[in-house]
Amino acid sequence: MAACSVEELLAKAEKEEAEKLKSISVQKELDLEFDIGNLLACDKNRIESRDFREKKKEDFLRSLARDNTQLLINEIWKLPTERVEEAIVAKLPEPTTRLPREKPPPKPKPPTKWEQFAKLKGIQKKKKTNLVWDETAKEWRRRWGYKRANDETKDWLIEVPETTDPNEDQFAKRIKAKKERVAKNEFNRLKNIARGQKVKVPGVGLLPKAQQSRDELAKAVSVAKSSTASVGRFQDRLPKEKPPKNTGKKRKFEPLIGDFSNEKQRQLELLRVLDSKKPKLDITKAVNTQMREEDREEAAAKRKKGAGKKGRKANTGGKGGGKAGGKGKGGKAKGGKAGGGKAGGGKRKGKPGKR
Amino acid sequence: MTQLDGVTKPKTKRSKRFLEGRAPKLMEDGKSAMIMKGGNTNQAVTQALKDIYALKKPSAVLYKKKNITRPFEDSTSLEFFSKKTDCSLFLFGSHNKKRPNNLIFGRLFDFHVLDMIELGMEKYVPLSEIKASKCPEGTKPMLVFAGEAFDVDAEHRRLKSLLTDFFRGPSVAAVRLAGLEHVLHFTALEGKIYMRSYRCLLKKSGCRTPRIELEEIGPSFDFVLRRSHLASDDLSKLAHKQPKALKPKKKKNISRDIFGTKFGQVHMQRQDLSKLQTRKMKGLRKRKSQVVSGEPEGQVPKVAKTES
Repeated sequence: MAACSVEELLAKAEKEEAEKLKSISVQKELDLEFDIGNLLACDKNRIESRDFREKKKEDFLRSLARDNTQLLINEIWKLPTERVEEAIVAKLPEPTTRLPREKPPPKPKPPTKWEQFAKLKGIQKKKKTNLVWDETAKEWRRRWGYKRANDETKDWLIEVPETTDPNEDQFAKRIKAKKERVAKNEFNRLKNIARGQKVKVPGVGLLPKAQQSRDELAKAVSVAKSSTASVGRFQDRLPKEKPPKNTGKKRKFEPLIGDFSNEKQRQLELLRVLDSKKPKLDITKAVNTQMREEDREEAAAKRKKGAGKKGRKANTGGKGGGKAGGKGKGGKAKGGKAGGGKAGGGKRKGKPGKR
Repeated sequence: MTQLDGVTKPKTKRSKRFLEGRAPKLMEDGKSAMIMKGGNTNQAVTQALKDIYALKKPSAVLYKKKNITRPFEDSTSLEFFSKKTDCSLFLFGSHNKKRPNNLIFGRLFDFHVLDMIELGMEKYVPLSEIKASKCPEGTKPMLVFAGEAFDVDAEHRRLKSLLTDFFRGPSVAAVRLAGLEHVLHFTALEGKIYMRSYRCLLKKSGCRTPRIELEEIGPSFDFVLRRSHLASDDLSKLAHKQPKALKPKKKKNISRDIFGTKFGQVHMQRQDLSKLQTRKMKGLRKRKSQVVSGEPEGQVPKVAKTES
């Protein structure tokens, strides 16, 4: 008897289990497609429209929704759970449905002129400390901005240099210089943006500069002369004035009818160049490429040599320019001069080749 | 805003943060929707817009005034508004004789219209008409699409994607199980689309997974498809493109077959077979004299070296 009852009990338990499962299991012809990451389910089964019409519409839709939701919930409950602040949380997988983006992915910032140059020369960024020691105030202050250390615009007394005009306002001079530096920086920033977007920047004649060179002065004269309502048409020339250099070149065309022999020669020359298999050598270009290549190699070699040397160099640089408060400027001016000299040399070398 | 990319510098930190928030990002935040009405709307359309706003609430903007535009004819004003509010989804409601009770669901990519689909409301029951306790605001809904049309027809497929995009809410890493309350059910049947919104009651079933009971909370719509403007393949491909940085990096030397079995490939250097230890036997043991006599002369000093 006892054995029989045990069997009965087991059967009963099994039945109960099945009944329990029955309440949460749903039969479908085709399995649903789930995207649990988006809490999304897609039922591809054909819906019998006859059922739909026979039954009450709302009840039919609700029973369909219940079945589908039950299947979705079953799927979600299978996920690993954890307890976060008294609540049971299910970790969702990555969504599988691909949805379009809102905006295109961000593009990398185009390098500025300085960044290009620094890469070519192998110059690496150095981190400066935010606080520096202020000798006069005897405290640590910020390097830049409000209440900065060694603020030269806050000096209450400036020594007038012997060489300058004693009536000149030295305070105003400093402020003006600062404003000009700021304006130049802004202009360079805009130029960088324009270069990044490949927009042609209109030339702006002349930029403010502390010391104008001979060429720049000559250019200033020509710009000033052409800055009239009639674009300098009625401006008188000074005695011994030289014509401005490097002004815009006008295109010149050969006359349509005329010197046939000259034309023939030109065409033949063109054919000869096309026919010959030797590439045309542009000396200027070749020299420039060679120089660039050497620079790059030098920079790479410098980088390879080691960090110790670089660190030392960096320190000395910091000491030299730190006091002036315009360290970047000092460096820039130097670099500009050196670069200009080199480039000029290259051009001069190149020009005869071109001709 | 975006057309002047960084030309005008933000003057304050606050405005800088604002612009950074709107700039394109690698990992995007959830899309927000703007809900607006056209030049002429009736009570039903206005109410419907309000109800959908209630469903979508934290990430949606409801425009109160009329905007006399026709999205299918000229989408420039939509693009302007999307730039202004930084929304990339829109819902536009209108009502006229030719197309009564009209709703246009749409989405934008890079402030240009990607897809829009016009749906006509045939039957509408507002949220307030059904007396039942509602779901709290900002609940992430479960979305269910039923009917084979959503899989077969191209337009329905796009509509499914659009509705998923519109209603899915923020993308999250985890959900509270007790908070799964709201179900949006879309059924495509006999050329119509039935949208129903239910509250989901979790009942005890005796096992771990609960039994589900549904209670309708509204709003409910019976939609018919009208006009549609679907993105060209090129544009949709561009919009779906995943940036390289987000793609999972491929792990080398690991592969899986169709059953999901993991295979690893091991690269080894060439084995030196001369040093292979074979079975040790007395007869095979190397003897000093034998080595000297048997091996070629070149290797003899080597052996001697190792021994010393």
